[in-house]
Amino acid sequence: MTGTRVALLPPTRAEYCVIACAEAWRGNGEVLAGPMGLIPAVGARLARLTFAPDLLLTDGEALLVRPDGTTEGWVPYRKHLALVTGGRRHVMMGASQIDRFGNQNISCIGDWERPKRQLLGVRGAPVNTLNNPTSYWVPRHARRVFVERVDMVCGVGYDHADGARHHRIPRVVSNLGVFDFATPDHSMRLASLHPGVTLQQVREATSFELTVPDEVPATREPTPEELHLIREVIDPGNTRAREVGS
Amino acid sequence: MTDKTMTAEQAVSRLESGMTLGIGGWGSRRKPMALVGALLRSGVTDLTVVSYGGPDVGMLAAAGRIRKLVAPFVTLDSIPLEPHYRAARESGAFELMEVDEAMFMWGLHAAANRLPFLPVRAGIGSDVMRVNPGLRTVTSPYEDGETFVAMPALRLDAALVHLNRADRLGNGQYLGPDPYFDDLFCEAAEAAYMSCERIVDTAELTKEAAPQTLLVQRHTVTGVVEAPNGAHFTSCAPDYGRDEDAQREYATTPWPEYAARHLAPSEGARS
Repeated sequence: MTGTRVALLPPTRAEYCVIACAEAWRGNGEVLAGPMGLIPAVGARLARLTFAPDLLLTDGEALLVRPDGTTEGWVPYRKHLALVTGGRRHVMMGASQIDRFGNQNISCIGDWERPKRQLLGVRGAPVNTLNNPTSYWVPRHARRVFVERVDMVCGVGYDHADGARHHRIPRVVSNLGVFDFATPDHSMRLASLHPGVTLQQVREATSFELTVPDEVPATREPTPEELHLIREVIDPGNTRAREVGS
Repeated sequence: MTDKTMTAEQAVSRLESGMTLGIGGWGSRRKPMALVGALLRSGVTDLTVVSYGGPDVGMLAAAGRIRKLVAPFVTLDSIPLEPHYRAARESGAFELMEVDEAMFMWGLHAAANRLPFLPVRAGIGSDVMRVNPGLRTVTSPYEDGETFVAMPALRLDAALVHLNRADRLGNGQYLGPDPYFDDLFCEAAEAAYMSCERIVDTAELTKEAAPQTLLVQRHTVTGVVEAPNGAHFTSCAPDYGRDEDAQREYATTPWPEYAARHLAPSEGARS
């Protein structure tokens, strides 16, 4: 890197979310990063370009690609599903509902027999959660998303994971903060607040009782190099702002 | 050697109401839309449809042809929620066996291998078990002792798939990046009807493409239908991408109007 750098604008909320998502893959080694959503996709590429250079990324279809787009492998759906059960993947899924123990729902709202709102269906959430680490991304933290009980358990939470030897939910990232399950009963805990967000905001947008440590850290700052990569290299079109406004 | 070429109407004429029908592709990708169109113009109904669902499921749902659906999702990909499928589910129009993507795949493998089930590490702990009370589990007979879902075979009376190329005998070739599960659908079915963009001589298939593009083997195929643009509006890489405008029209037009516009009997003469 040469030359002087123009003074950077401070990080936006979307950029803190990118950092929080990228951090999910820190230390994962040579595994497939499976981001679902715009900001997780930016986060995965950022991790790959900086502190997690061994990560594998897909083009969203059947190809494994390097950050510059060079094809390096072939993972059609059937191999993808085999890769899931082999455990060499860390996926970050969306969640229409998520509860205190990390049960996730993307299938339907209301009674399954005759839903009030039909959504996608369970997709791969049941196989993902029993086989490889599964994190979640919620771009709009709200009481109707962070619910006491999900209407349909798609992704398996800690209170349904007895005997599931490969079950792990490393983190939940929302537009307000980062959450994990590092509590004695594996209920959800506030791990960090994005700068500019108050604890009160998070509590008001969450339907269940969160564990809150005495000292709540702030989500870490992006480095100038990371901001450069996010803004100029990975997401120059600023798609991240469409998912999380300032 | 048997020439298996036929029209879409001839293929559909071999289907019967009440059948279990597998449909290849994935979401809004390489769906056998020409065959689905012919099916919609026929009177065949009361179907059990087995599909990684896209507009195939949406159209059959809108037309009231589905008695039961077996699927892990229904989506148009670029339009995440399939509007006709949603409407059908929200009015309780048919029975649903909602299973995970991997459970679905192993169900096809079990059928293709003439096994009653295959063990899958998926489903346990989730509400897939609650909404499918017929699902059974199986415990490993080895020292690990782990319990799995015994995913039952998804046996099909018939399968419909769309490939890029085929010969007249039923050897089918995909040229895009993903085979999806079309070979498995054919292997899991009593009879499989394969449409393709273009029928070519057998020797032509591997003139420029590698032999591993020959996804579907003729012993698993009953009928071959030449249907150029036969996956439209879904994608059929590399021949064409998804027609997003046409898909948007489908998603935003009331079904009776859409059907009158695109499924008029006169179109049935084509192919």
